[in-house]
Amino acid sequence: MTSKPKFAMYWAASCGGCEIAVLNIHEKILDVDANFDVVFWPVAMDAKYKDVESMADGSILLTLFNGGIRNEENEHMARLLRKKSQILVAFGSCANEGCIPGLANLRDSGSIVETAFHTITTDPLNGSAPVMEFEAAEGRLHIPSILPTLRTLADVVEVDYFMPGCPPESEQIAAVIDLVVQVLQGKAELPPKGSVIGAGNSTVCDECQRKRNVKTIQSFDRIWAVASDPDLCLLEQGIPCNGPATRSGCNARCPAAGAQCIGCYGPAEGVLDYGARLISSFASVVDATDPEEIDRILDGLPDPTGQFYRFNLAGSLLKAGRPAWEKDTA
Amino acid sequence: MSQRITIDPITRLEGHGKIEIFLDESGDVANTYFQVPELRGFESFCVGRPVEEMPLLTNRICGVCPEAHHMAAAKAADAVYHVDPPRTAKILRELLYSAFYVTDHATHFYALGGPDFVMGPDAPVAERNILGVIHKVGLEIAGKVIQARKYGHAVVEMIGGRKVHPCTSIPGGLTKGISEAQRAEILQMGTWAVEFGQFSLKLFNDIVLGNKAYADLIIGDIYTHRTYYMGMVDDHNHVNFYDGEVRVVDPDGQQFIKYAPAEYSTHIAEHVEPWTYLKFPYLKGVGWKGFVDGKDSGVYMATPLSRLNAADGMATPLAQQEYQKFYETLGGKPVHQRLATHWARLIELLYAAERWVELASDPEASSPHFHAIPSEEPTEGVGIVEAPRGTLTHHYWTDERGILTRVNLIVGTTNNYAPMSMSINKAARSLIRKGTIVSEGLLNMVEMAFRAYDPCFGCATHSLPGRMPLEITIRDPQGGPIRVLSQYCE
Amino acid sequence: MTNETFEPTIIGFTCNWCSYRAADLAGTSRLKYPANIRLIRLMCSGRLDPTFVFKAIASGADGVMITGCHPGECHYLEQNYKALRRFQLMRRTLQGLGLEPARLKLVWASAAEGAKFAAEVAAFVEEIRALGPLHWGKSNGRLADAPALSLPADAAEPEGEVEVAA
Repeated sequence: MTSKPKFAMYWAASCGGCEIAVLNIHEKILDVDANFDVVFWPVAMDAKYKDVESMADGSILLTLFNGGIRNEENEHMARLLRKKSQILVAFGSCANEGCIPGLANLRDSGSIVETAFHTITTDPLNGSAPVMEFEAAEGRLHIPSILPTLRTLADVVEVDYFMPGCPPESEQIAAVIDLVVQVLQGKAELPPKGSVIGAGNSTVCDECQRKRNVKTIQSFDRIWAVASDPDLCLLEQGIPCNGPATRSGCNARCPAAGAQCIGCYGPAEGVLDYGARLISSFASVVDATDPEEIDRILDGLPDPTGQFYRFNLAGSLLKAGRPAWEKDTA
Repeated sequence: MSQRITIDPITRLEGHGKIEIFLDESGDVANTYFQVPELRGFESFCVGRPVEEMPLLTNRICGVCPEAHHMAAAKAADAVYHVDPPRTAKILRELLYSAFYVTDHATHFYALGGPDFVMGPDAPVAERNILGVIHKVGLEIAGKVIQARKYGHAVVEMIGGRKVHPCTSIPGGLTKGISEAQRAEILQMGTWAVEFGQFSLKLFNDIVLGNKAYADLIIGDIYTHRTYYMGMVDDHNHVNFYDGEVRVVDPDGQQFIKYAPAEYSTHIAEHVEPWTYLKFPYLKGVGWKGFVDGKDSGVYMATPLSRLNAADGMATPLAQQEYQKFYETLGGKPVHQRLATHWARLIELLYAAERWVELASDPEASSPHFHAIPSEEPTEGVGIVEAPRGTLTHHYWTDERGILTRVNLIVGTTNNYAPMSMSINKAARSLIRKGTIVSEGLLNMVEMAFRAYDPCFGCATHSLPGRMPLEITIRDPQGGPIRVLSQYCE
Repeated sequence: MTNETFEPTIIGFTCNWCSYRAADLAGTSRLKYPANIRLIRLMCSGRLDPTFVFKAIASGADGVMITGCHPGECHYLEQNYKALRRFQLMRRTLQGLGLEPARLKLVWASAAEGAKFAAEVAAFVEEIRALGPLHWGKSNGRLADAPALSLPADAAEPEGEVEVAA
């Protein structure tokens, strides 16, 4: 038994990219090992839920929680780890704002299972549909229920720090670990509770190297439909880029690689609703004053809801589309 | 009413999974259930999105192998638009993919599977992990593995724009190319990767094959299943991860089917059980006969071992030599012993590195012609690649604007859900009999059955502190605990 | 609660120079318009950040009305065109979230058009009344109370093409 402070990392409804991003700090992972007692990290070691439950409240110093709250097991673990941890970080886009799985909030949760079990290659159900409680011949089996909407970590428990990104860039993770180690050594102080850590304070546009002029958009184009200029602002060329409302910290990697920013770092500082801000900035630069002409230009965005809320739906003001929470009153 | 052993959670699988083992009155295993409790709904919420977003959205199915989804999606989107990307785009995509394979297979072997062999299944639990490996064979190994991961991710970033969740594939090709200087740098890294592949195979040869106990373990019966084997092959029936047709051989090694991506749904169906969210793919031509081995059962496997079994050889010379040695050592094709997958994985690593060098040596790799603008109306398309953990299929339908109306995905590890369930079942039955004390040895042996498949998360390592906390509760028929076995649980 | 007794809650964003004065004029002319609308005055319709609209909906508004100067008459020259473009893009986006387009309304009204303002508000209230309450995020209780998911025992027919979200 060591006296090193305890560290935990957990994945709820996630993809594992955050874990890979942590491993991509390469040699620095030894700093984590040297300074912390890793007590719970399902990807890296086999401690179980029971072990977390038997820990004293507040005994884990730092927990990095990634993944969204999709089912009852995720919610249980969020509440459990909040109890057991002194510092709980919403790590990565899923925990911060729902990320891509948050798009499931556009429909009701039943359609998730419905679609998955009605694909062209899935055998007709014949009564063998997944259920929460199943009486097998030998005993009862349980799988967790899917919640009506996917939620962010902060929607379920109080969160101390927010580290956005899909995934957060490894050099930022390394910097945060450095900071925490310095705090442990008494050489630095933690930022104020509720802060965004690891990422930047501005927008992706600020970090983007492409040239910018006054934008006067007369059409929106699909990225594959045009041979774009690699040195000019993508949005200016009519390719919908979410840079204007997206938090900086990634060095605008995607625009540097010729692809539009899709918004994986979440809202920039001071943005209350990511999609609303993007609507504002896109609409501002549309070069038309006649309603029909405006419509014609906007028709170039075939999926505005997805474009503006791709990563952020669960974390937005409206949180979910109507089918997700509205039930028939009949 | 039977006794019940619960192992929860299983680690080293996508998200969360658990195993329930039921014993009958005489203390033998009545049945096992391997449940997957997760479902996020990609096939549902991708509907309504523009198809060019799929290489970006489906990245987020798995952050360990986003490159696999990215490529399957890219190829499916090309198919939807009926566009053939320029040769440079294909070279660059496969080059990215080859470098990714080296990284991914290295991570799995050294941190996951390798410890079982380098240290041995009888080694103390505390040493059976990457740290034990380092102590036994030296810090140099850790340095090489980190280097392999760094180089692989560097190539992914140069071509794909980012290290995790690449962003450069679009219908018709890529959003960017590479410069001559980058091509030279990638070639240099690839040359190192070939040496790394040879080094890894030599390590396996010296430490594993050179040890009779380990060699016996590999060919033992506990982990042996005779099933169908699936893998993608090129025109010469050589293993190819990026493009080709899907070939399935039967338990005797004879070709059963070979299909082009667009035909997959003629041959593959997915069986449903009510106690899990994951489905069980099987061969329609044989039919679902349950969780059983043999030529009459439609269960098939899709892993590095499967790919080697399904192919006639490797497309590159050094890997081909290793392929021949593999089958000579293990007594011919096909090989049914699941633990041999670890060896097969290293042969694939070597091939991926050689392919990396081949592609990076092609002068067209740095050409500026990396995109062809689609001109046909979008309809429907299938894209298939070999993910490290199995054949990966993406099938999209769109409207006339290229907006998705329907999505079907069959993901790598899913192919192996039935075989994994069977392996766990067989291991449990072999090891737990009337009167058996459920011990630590059993725990590890059950894990080894599972681990050979390298379930979706390649970065799932052994315990960092060197211990595997695990608890097994044995209950009486009323559900009350009669014995709790635990190790390293505080 | 039937639609006849439902009293919509409408948030109205008015611009200082034209439409707010129109509302004022309606008042001083003793032209009644329904109390369902709560007015928020902005200096210009171009000040309307879509965040305001989304916040209004999230906070319980059943409908949102945006008013401004007629095209060409904006006190700040061209900013009402921005309001127009934002309005159109907002409507499309909200439609994708399941909101009926009719719940968002844009009205141009000059300072002299008190009667028009009152009439538009009254019409809008009736439109919303017919659509019913919105209560964004709430239905049959809180989200967390929704029943756990399970499918019926009998198989459903496999679906054909899945509908694209509007």
